[in-house]
Amino acid sequence: MEETELQNELASIRSIMERSSKFISLSGLSGILAGVYALIGAGAAYKIIGDYWGNAYLYLNGAKTYVTSFPSFNRYMIGDSLVWKLFAIAVVVLFASVTTALILSNRQAKKKNQPMWGSVSRLLMFHMAVPLLAGGALIIILVFFKIGNIPHTYYGLVAPISLIFYGISLVSASNFTFGEVKYLGICEIILGLIAACLPGHGLLFWALGFGVLHIVYGARIYLKYDR
Amino acid sequence: MNISFDKLDKAFENRVRLQIMSVLAANERYDFNSLKDLLSITDGNLASHLKALEKEEYITVHKSFLGRKPNTNYEATGKGKIAFKNHLDTLEQLIKQQKLA
Repeated sequence: MEETELQNELASIRSIMERSSKFISLSGLSGILAGVYALIGAGAAYKIIGDYWGNAYLYLNGAKTYVTSFPSFNRYMIGDSLVWKLFAIAVVVLFASVTTALILSNRQAKKKNQPMWGSVSRLLMFHMAVPLLAGGALIIILVFFKIGNIPHTYYGLVAPISLIFYGISLVSASNFTFGEVKYLGICEIILGLIAACLPGHGLLFWALGFGVLHIVYGARIYLKYDR
Repeated sequence: MNISFDKLDKAFENRVRLQIMSVLAANERYDFNSLKDLLSITDGNLASHLKALEKEEYITVHKSFLGRKPNTNYEATGKGKIAFKNHLDTLEQLIKQQKLA
């Protein structure tokens, strides 16, 4: 065997070990796009909330004013229609991001000769889904459920909880893909904890966590692995 | 220091067997179909190489059912892991040796 042949042998072993244990077909571009969708969604949400409070102020002061931070919401102050509108925006953003990620990762998987739905991607999905579903269920309980006659009124916790649980799901899934995902997760958790200290700025932290951080992360993955 | 090619494990002379061992070194267990997709080889080809590694006692087989479908998982044995590591060490030393020469 020649030297290059030996080195090829080692390189092929390394590559197969990586491909068998890590899902390396995550697309950076889909991260960037998810961030852009999130920023658009946050903009739309800001407009809707602004209009809502603007109308409230119009009624009170006779002048339309947009507010940059919102009083902590509760069921008595906030119309249910507003909650549903915001919920709808979140669902559309989530759906668009997941669809984009699946399509672009599928393309990457073909390019990198890795099965899209193999044992690694299943492990990745499972480790991501557990904290994500737990956090999602907690948020639904806090926002929509009533215990006895007392309505839960924890809207202010939605942003920190979603960021923290999303961060945990990324850290837990990071063993099965690029190491960068772990750092993205840690950043989301820190951001969530800061958001918990500053109630009333949930939308801003959402835009930072799901918008800006995804764009930064996506760009890094794109430059490092996509091409 | 003179390492010859004889020290390379004969069981890993075949590319596919070495690849199977690499996968099982990086993962606790791996199932037949995922292995087949990853290496993009045929059922019969993969099965015969798995049999050979099993004969060497480098891997063990776990058979179970997922619903009605049979699900076969493979795991590297302690002996297999040591053999794989030695094989890699030898490869590495051969490369070093050739660089010096």
